[in-house]
Amino acid sequence: MNPYHRRVAPTWWLSQRTYFLFIVRELTSVFIAAYLMLFLLLLYQLSVGREAYEAYLRFLATPGMLVFHVLALTAALFHTLTWFNLLPNIMVVRYGENRVPAIIVAGVNYAAWMAVSIFIVWIVFSR
Amino acid sequence: MSEPTMTLEVLRYHPEQDQAPHFQTYEVVYREDWVVLDALCYIKDQMDGTLSYRWSCRMGVCGSCGMMINGVPKLSCATFLKDYYPAPVRVEPLANFPIERDLVIVLDDFMHKLTSVKPWIIREADKPLSEGEYSQTPAELARYKQFTMCINCMLCYAACPVYALDTHFLGPAAIALAQRYNLDSRDQGRQQRKGVIASHEAIWDCTYVGECTTVCPANVDPAGAIQQAKLASSLDWVKGVLMPWGGR
Amino acid sequence: MTKSNEALWWLLFGAGGTVAAFLAPLQILLTGIVAPAGWVREAFEYNRVLALVSHPVTRLYLFVLISLPLFHWAHRFRFTLIDLGLKGGQRAVAIACYGGAIIGAILTAVVLLKL
Repeated sequence: MNPYHRRVAPTWWLSQRTYFLFIVRELTSVFIAAYLMLFLLLLYQLSVGREAYEAYLRFLATPGMLVFHVLALTAALFHTLTWFNLLPNIMVVRYGENRVPAIIVAGVNYAAWMAVSIFIVWIVFSR
Repeated sequence: MSEPTMTLEVLRYHPEQDQAPHFQTYEVVYREDWVVLDALCYIKDQMDGTLSYRWSCRMGVCGSCGMMINGVPKLSCATFLKDYYPAPVRVEPLANFPIERDLVIVLDDFMHKLTSVKPWIIREADKPLSEGEYSQTPAELARYKQFTMCINCMLCYAACPVYALDTHFLGPAAIALAQRYNLDSRDQGRQQRKGVIASHEAIWDCTYVGECTTVCPANVDPAGAIQQAKLASSLDWVKGVLMPWGGR
Repeated sequence: MTKSNEALWWLLFGAGGTVAAFLAPLQILLTGIVAPAGWVREAFEYNRVLALVSHPVTRLYLFVLISLPLFHWAHRFRFTLIDLGLKGGQRAVAIACYGGAIIGAILTAVVLLKL
């Protein structure tokens, strides 16, 4: 027997839409982590003083930073959508013989997401 | 009157004479109700008797006829020509397995992996016959039934990039099979399967690409099985850390 | 077979992913777009933000918001590199990723305590 071993191209993830979207999904974590580091820097400038804080806000308003944050927002939304949509497969909720439909499990998460977001907006903007 | 025809590009490999596989083109008769398997059988019967390929039930239950059809893992008996006609169809052996001959792959690795998860009911002590049968409620059956549907067709291994990059990965079907037994109320073998399942080359290698579930012809959802196994294993680990003296 | 501690990193990945899923989009919108663009200037005035952030509950929220998704990134990025073809140095990459997340979490705690 002389079996033939086919090579796997390192560009395997470009060969199919689902593979490409998988890699995009994984890389959203890079954008989120990068954003959090910029946010941590904002908190640090806050601890330094008013001048530092306002200067940093002006830096965040530069075109490059705004573009980054728009990309990061898109990445974060893609993460949220894929996360909630896959959750029902990991945490299977059963009642007797039956399974709670995936759309309900995901729906509960989306509703909670809305509720949390509204709460945060209220905290930040009220008064 | 001439019947319409369709082009099939089939990967050939005869180890006794070929250094590497190569495509061979066939013009087969096109019939609207034919599947790829029909076209392959037509080739073998009428055009080229040297073509080798696996098949059996021709109705999607035996798992023998898995192949790459236009780069996607499918059962050749369940893939209709009319979904591709009149474009040519490229037929290759199942990806991520060594090619033995033409469309036949070496599946030893898969068979070994299936056995390694101890796919049978494990009991601490077998119930004597006099005590009667094991009882199971419909709810208990529902917990694992989906994972019993696997027909061992290996399409999931062909779709999995993790397995493609590293054949040490235990793989979707084997892990789903382990879950099938771990979730069976009659089984008491979870601890025995732990070493194989909760290892670096098993559940922890999976990155939830999810293609295995997409290509599965039997709706097993192996990706779901693996993530559930990760959760179960993690809870085990937490218990082990918080209560190291605990027996089970 | 030695006991694998992968479960710890996977649990942190899951927790971080959940925190990120719920909180990241709005946070990015607020501090990355709304605040710098000056759309609601009063809400992001220095003293107001300092007061809001100094509250112990807010500090806890911010610690969770920043550090858990860092562990999410660490685990996900480590495996993405492997999926993109990384063969050798997998252990070093793992240490760099989780180490980075740990350092990030410590820095976060330091900044939040300073406020």
